[in-house]
Amino acid sequence: MDPRRSARTVSDPKVRQVGFFTPAAPPERSCSDPPRQQDLIQPQSPSSTQVNDHFRSGDSLSPVMIPPPPHHHSDTLHRTALQVTSPKTAFSYSARTVTIPTENDDVPSSLSPSRKVVAVKSPSSYPGVRASSVPASELTTVSVVNLPPGISEKAGGGASVEVQNDRPVRSKSLKEKTSKAERRAMQEAQRAAKAAAKAEGTKASSAATKVVTSANTKPSKAAKPSSQKNDGSQFAASEKKVGDRAPEKDRKKDAPHPRMQYDDTSRVEKAKKRAVVKQTEVRNRVELFRHLPQYEHGTQLPDLETKFFELDPMHPAVYKVGLQYLSGDIRGGNARCIAMFQAFKEAIKDYSTPPEKTLIRDLTARISSYVSFLIECRPLSVSMGNAIKFLKNQIAKLPLALSESEAKATLVSDIDRFINEKIIVAEKVIVKHAVTKIRDGDVLLTYGASSAVEMILLHAHELGKQFRVVVVDSRPKLEGQLLLRRLVRKGLSCTYTHVNAVSCIMQEVTRVFLGASSVLSNGTVYSRVGTACVAMVAHAFRVPVLVCCEAYKFHERVQLDSICFNELGNPDAISKVHGREDINYLDGFVNRENLQLLNLVYDATPSDYVSMIITDYGMIPPTSVPVIVREYRREHLWS
Amino acid sequence: MADSLQNPKPNVSAYYQTRAAHHAVVTSDWLAQAQAAVSIQTDDDSSGSDGRIAPVTGGKGYDKAFSVIDEFNSWRKQPDLAEAVAAIRALAAVIRASQATTMMELEIELKKASDSLKAWDSTSISLTAGCDLFMRYVTRTSALEYEDFNSARSRLIERAEKFGEISCKARRIIAMLCQDFIFDGCTILVHGFSRVVFEVLKTAAQNKKHFRVFCTEGRPDRTGLRLSNELAKLDVPVKLLIDSAVAYTMDEVDMVLVGADGIVESGGIINMMGTYQIALVSHSMNKPVYVAAESYKFARLYPLDQKDLGPALRTIDFGVPIPSKVEVEKSARDYTPPQYLTLLFTDLGVLTPSVVSDELIQLYL
Repeated sequence: MDPRRSARTVSDPKVRQVGFFTPAAPPERSCSDPPRQQDLIQPQSPSSTQVNDHFRSGDSLSPVMIPPPPHHHSDTLHRTALQVTSPKTAFSYSARTVTIPTENDDVPSSLSPSRKVVAVKSPSSYPGVRASSVPASELTTVSVVNLPPGISEKAGGGASVEVQNDRPVRSKSLKEKTSKAERRAMQEAQRAAKAAAKAEGTKASSAATKVVTSANTKPSKAAKPSSQKNDGSQFAASEKKVGDRAPEKDRKKDAPHPRMQYDDTSRVEKAKKRAVVKQTEVRNRVELFRHLPQYEHGTQLPDLETKFFELDPMHPAVYKVGLQYLSGDIRGGNARCIAMFQAFKEAIKDYSTPPEKTLIRDLTARISSYVSFLIECRPLSVSMGNAIKFLKNQIAKLPLALSESEAKATLVSDIDRFINEKIIVAEKVIVKHAVTKIRDGDVLLTYGASSAVEMILLHAHELGKQFRVVVVDSRPKLEGQLLLRRLVRKGLSCTYTHVNAVSCIMQEVTRVFLGASSVLSNGTVYSRVGTACVAMVAHAFRVPVLVCCEAYKFHERVQLDSICFNELGNPDAISKVHGREDINYLDGFVNRENLQLLNLVYDATPSDYVSMIITDYGMIPPTSVPVIVREYRREHLWS
Repeated sequence: MADSLQNPKPNVSAYYQTRAAHHAVVTSDWLAQAQAAVSIQTDDDSSGSDGRIAPVTGGKGYDKAFSVIDEFNSWRKQPDLAEAVAAIRALAAVIRASQATTMMELEIELKKASDSLKAWDSTSISLTAGCDLFMRYVTRTSALEYEDFNSARSRLIERAEKFGEISCKARRIIAMLCQDFIFDGCTILVHGFSRVVFEVLKTAAQNKKHFRVFCTEGRPDRTGLRLSNELAKLDVPVKLLIDSAVAYTMDEVDMVLVGADGIVESGGIINMMGTYQIALVSHSMNKPVYVAAESYKFARLYPLDQKDLGPALRTIDFGVPIPSKVEVEKSARDYTPPQYLTLLFTDLGVLTPSVVSDELIQLYL
């Protein structure tokens, strides 16, 4: 830890160094780790100039730039060297960047930063799936990209995005035409992404490869977004802000693909607008959570709304669902998953295979692009992730002999079957199991608004059981009020309180029912923030905690804390109280350097505090989640 | 005859009546006599029962119900036989007596018989578990679409018969597994009279291990007295404690060994009243608690607390008359959560409590 701290105090605050590793660390890591993890580099503005010099000289002298041994040079050179080597396996976008040096002397300098961008993105496929170290590095490298935005734009936009770290390739293909080079770059990217995906083996990486495929279809436009993005960032803006913004964007784009491949000009504009807005947000982000994309509320929604009719490649149903996510109209794992699938069903129904393309690949690419859009609106929940994996699996399993209409009908019926079996019927089974645990005279406590828990309580009430409900709620979402209203309307006797009072009310509680966004392999329950508090207090009072979660939300990931994978909400929501304009103590303070607002959306409850998990496979102890994942993932539809 | 459909004493768990009856049999020397006596009684029963002699007009289902319960009762009376095994043997008899011609029909008959058995004594966990296990096996076999109906049927009967042997073998397997855990000079605390635990101790004694046993009195069943009798015959040093003296003597104890009436999905056990108390005391004093039970006792229950179990009541004789307005806690069993148990010795091997759910998932899902 000490080196990290000292590094931070020493470094230029404008180029932010993200915690978890030191400048000295990367050299060792470069030796040991696979290339893709070399993104641990934190270039600084002074170093980048060194880098530029280095590159420039290197470029003219020898086409093959082998990363210098770690211990010879200064740290900065190490870093740049590492950056150079890192994407060797991943990307060799020789073509684009190749042309640039011939045009402009300054280009190499711009190239090197841009190169780093790509390097960064290769390994990461999914926000939060990676260790925080990787995203952090991405942040830093991206900052360098924006140093000479003008130059990169001049260089042909796309090149800066189509970073290739492989200098040998670049210099070799100096003479090639851009179009062919672009195409080759695409192919390299695709191959590299596929290799990365195989190495990772996660759903997200498959999304990445698919996205690469989609990117391949329109290579030219991909370049533009980045340049425009660079435009959007004011050149004069502090590098820190730029660095922060760009990583966020990269993070979002990273989910499907390491570089921005959206062919969609409108989405690019959206990204640009977002960039503008985010500049003020960035200052308030907590260091520990830099690896998470900062949720941006602000001006996005109206912008997107106005663009509703301009979005050609995006299906209107998907766009609508994205907006609903963004505005928070649809919340809850099941609702989001169902809404997404309904939109996909519409999209599939309206889909027609373009000529010269196979349905399987093209449709998968199309779905991936929709998914990227949805990720930009709001990061995927685990339920949505598993559902997308299932859908892609089903698409991949389509027999080639099927006609287009048959294939589409099969997919639509598969989606319907998934929704029915895994969500609707599963909830009924969960309710059936759970009501056996409710006895007369019970006082049941629930937190937030889980659809499964709501159904359980209503069903138990219908069965005539006599019990009381305590609904615990918390700011800023105050979701419990929705649940409360529905329960009171049906005649249940309810108590409503905030999470601050949970230790007082727990004395009279006999059972705690909680919902979950996901249950992980080590029995950890990943759910709305505040759930862990309630579970721990219940455990201290020896009250059994029952978590109700459908089996399709199980994930084979293991998480030990709430930090490495989470979602950041809108910080304004916690600094302001809706409807209480007199609580304005923080007005004007939000932009201060020493104030950081943190609005987490999820937290992880350790399995020790959970007594039982009720799923559609029955009531199981938390230790048996990997058994279910193992036995039923194989049989059923995904992976 | 109507009685055999109904539990004669509805306020008292039939399971515990049986256990009490078994406790009256002093030693396994009496087993042969008991078996002889039982088989005579079975003949009497069967001759007396309508199901056997009367014409079939009564309706097959009714006859079957009769004969299942009777069969079960007859098997149950054998003191050496576990409940679940008796149930499975009774169900095997149902198959044998069945006149179904297809698997589906047979399955339906079996389901009905199994349900009636379960309803007859709803408090016995191993009975329920045994029935479920057999039904599960039947479903799986029939799902395989066997050669023809008759061979499938004979296979089921064969399996059921074998199950009884497996049960006896299970006890021996468990005894073998336990031997490594009993070291020379150790002190074992035992609660309740479990035939499995007795087998363990007997085998250890036969292997010339030097150990001593603390027996809790086990009120109101007086199981401790019985066990101490048996162990004394084996020349094992035995010390009797009253139930309240467990914490007092826990310092001298090296391990606690109990049986189980049922093992639930969370990995906890349901056993004679007092087991939870002993487990709590041992846990707080860092003594291991070992459970010896056969794998067919795994049940798909998941109690969250003591009251979550179905009530199993038994009469308690205090020796002096109690005024009627004084309430008596009559429950015969309690639930020990898995965090107080160290290891389970089963015929599947030495398991940790969390493995129970894995096994159940693989078996039932």
